[in-house]
Amino acid sequence: MGLSTFRGGIHPPDKKDLSKDSPIRPAKVPQRIVIPLSQHTGAPCKPIVSINQEVKKGELIGEPGGFVSAPVHSSVSGKVVAIGEFPNPMGRMVNSVVIENDGKEDWTALKDSPHYADLSPDELKEKIKGAGIVGLGGAAFPTSVKLSPPKEKPIDTVIINGAECEPYLTADYRLMIEKPAEIIEGLKVLMKTLGVNKGFVGIEDNKPEAIEKMEEATEEYRNIEVCTLAVKYPQGAEKMLIKATTGREVPPRGLPMDVKVVVQNVGTALAIFEATRYGKPLIERVVTVTGEGINSPSNLLVRIGTLVSELIDECGGFKGDAGKVIAGGPMMGFALASLDVPVTKGTSGILVIPEEGVLHAEDFGPCIRCGRCIDICPMNLMPSLLSVFAEKGHYEEAKEYNLFDCFECGSCAFVCPSKRPMVQLIRLAKSMTKP
Amino acid sequence: MSEGEKRMDEANKHKPLVVTVSPHIKSEESVSRIMWTVNISLLPAFIMGFYFFGPKALCVTALCIITAVLSEYAFTKSLKQKATINDGSAFLTGLLLGMNLPASLWSFNPFTIHIPIVASVVAIVITKQLFGGLGYNVFNPALVGRAFTLISFPKAMTIWIAPTAAFLSIDAKTSATPLGVLKEEGMGKLIEIFGDKGNLYMQLLLGHRAGSIGETSAIALLIGAAFLLFKRYITWHIPFSFLGTAALLAWVFGGKDPHTGKMLFFAGDPLIHLISGGMLLGAFFMATDYVTCPSLKKGQILFGIGCGALTMLIRLKGGFPEGVMFAILIMNCFAPLIDRGFKTKVFGTVETQGMKK
Repeated sequence: MGLSTFRGGIHPPDKKDLSKDSPIRPAKVPQRIVIPLSQHTGAPCKPIVSINQEVKKGELIGEPGGFVSAPVHSSVSGKVVAIGEFPNPMGRMVNSVVIENDGKEDWTALKDSPHYADLSPDELKEKIKGAGIVGLGGAAFPTSVKLSPPKEKPIDTVIINGAECEPYLTADYRLMIEKPAEIIEGLKVLMKTLGVNKGFVGIEDNKPEAIEKMEEATEEYRNIEVCTLAVKYPQGAEKMLIKATTGREVPPRGLPMDVKVVVQNVGTALAIFEATRYGKPLIERVVTVTGEGINSPSNLLVRIGTLVSELIDECGGFKGDAGKVIAGGPMMGFALASLDVPVTKGTSGILVIPEEGVLHAEDFGPCIRCGRCIDICPMNLMPSLLSVFAEKGHYEEAKEYNLFDCFECGSCAFVCPSKRPMVQLIRLAKSMTKP
Repeated sequence: MSEGEKRMDEANKHKPLVVTVSPHIKSEESVSRIMWTVNISLLPAFIMGFYFFGPKALCVTALCIITAVLSEYAFTKSLKQKATINDGSAFLTGLLLGMNLPASLWSFNPFTIHIPIVASVVAIVITKQLFGGLGYNVFNPALVGRAFTLISFPKAMTIWIAPTAAFLSIDAKTSATPLGVLKEEGMGKLIEIFGDKGNLYMQLLLGHRAGSIGETSAIALLIGAAFLLFKRYITWHIPFSFLGTAALLAWVFGGKDPHTGKMLFFAGDPLIHLISGGMLLGAFFMATDYVTCPSLKKGQILFGIGCGALTMLIRLKGGFPEGVMFAILIMNCFAPLIDRGFKTKVFGTVETQGMKK
């Protein structure tokens, strides 16, 4: 019997061996920390601190700017030294709070709840919301919003995403090995909050140790199932994961709640546990610092706001000349223009590609209509046509070919023998027309 | 040193970083790798052609390849475009074209050496480059080149050298192709020429028969095709639907009463049709040309069926003994339309529900 999966997809070399056996260790806490007030999908936060103000570790420094938003907290204790525009990993200038670390690690008062399991769904949701938790898989969508589906959209299943299908990244893998019980506690909190009786943990087949650990942790819960998934990119994309675990297909342009499912990443589940149990806000996350261009690939527990340059130093610096540094994985991550950008809640990895491994985008040829991209598109689109339409400026026609259903996984660009910049062309078309 | 200077100093420690849109890794596959692999897959059939038809076969094919590559180079150079000859596609067009021509064209008396040259120029310049180059041509370049010369030089294009393993012999005898015999004189005559039916099949499989340089050896072509299928450079959809349809129609409509010459239903010999003429070369190597066939698998099946049906229509009812070339060219016109008709259904719609894997 084949493993659960979806139609299409690709098999990039996984390169996880570089960092998969390196246990998570806390990164050195930097002298100075830059916390963007917009680290999530949705409205930016409003700062509630002022320059020279002393803040404690875990103290609220930015209030959510709307329903789809998440508060931000200080990840160190110290003094606010600047509030202003700083570049974020995507290269945009965003309002950020700069805090000078006093090294005291002085926590703000946290509300401990040893009996968190007895809390009501609303109380749990409040705690998750207050902790500023967002999806840690990369999209950084505020978790509290996912936990507040409208009444007409009942939820019956929660899936924990342990697929980690992006090559190189091992943060979720390490968490599943090191903190399986806590992740399952997080899942149970999610299930309780949503009033759901069925939980899944989806893990790709190439992580047998993680599967074993998670199976041990779920042994006593009959309503939680570890689902072994075929190794294939983008298995961890929400829609593909739901298809593989439940067989349901999220309709075009729809959300997981349309098929009664909520998906949360492994790291998010852990953060949810820590928020509801200890009242701990999301001030740190696991980041895989890896790639052929770094001396010692590691999985680090990093304070939000730590600059990428400090993580590079912590991992022994560049091996040779670095060509590209990517925030996230190689398939969907963002190439950094500068190393002086902070780790945000959505930064799952820092990948260093040495100079000789860099692919230059300018050498691409015409579409030879080989159809490889059509065969592997997980959304069942025709990327070849989309790219040609975009190239010729026929954006409206691209729309007829379901342009806006593309979630930019990059599989088409990976397989294209003409090395066409598919994602770039598709993004161009998306920006030139309206959904 | 000020804070700013310190930062500048830090930033200058490493070279500027490259910033591009994701993904940041790509597969090893490339157009030139595909094209050269297809070239290699044609080698067994070409070697058999050389073995049976001698140096003339080599000369005709080489002439086609050289002309194809040179004319592409000259075209791109004169229009100040990027040189594309290294991608192997002009070489492939030349090789395919050469393999689709009779070896007899290498002849100074009567002078027919200009024919491969004309065919190659038509293939590359008119069929491919004038339409925008690789990826934009509507028709298979090699087939247009061949069709053009077949119509322009009908006599020279249908002089077939008898195959002889003693390939150094200068005085080549001419001979009719099995399909020509089948069309003009019937199955009985064909069996008579080859002795018995078993020997007929055997010789056709080996390629010991008159025909275009690269089309005769069924076994060699199948080896190349298996290699491409194994490498997944082609899929079964076009060749199998093409050959399946042709075999079915050959069986149903291909039979003739030996005495009256009237059509006998369900009495045709499908195998003869599959392993003679350009059927295998066309089905595996020409109809599967990415640029000129549909991109969608369902569409490819329809395309293959169309090719098979038209080939048999021409072979059984048309004026030519062979129909593969025209069948593929006609279906080439429909490829874009077929793709439009089979437009994919996006994930999550009713149509894709229940599609597991």
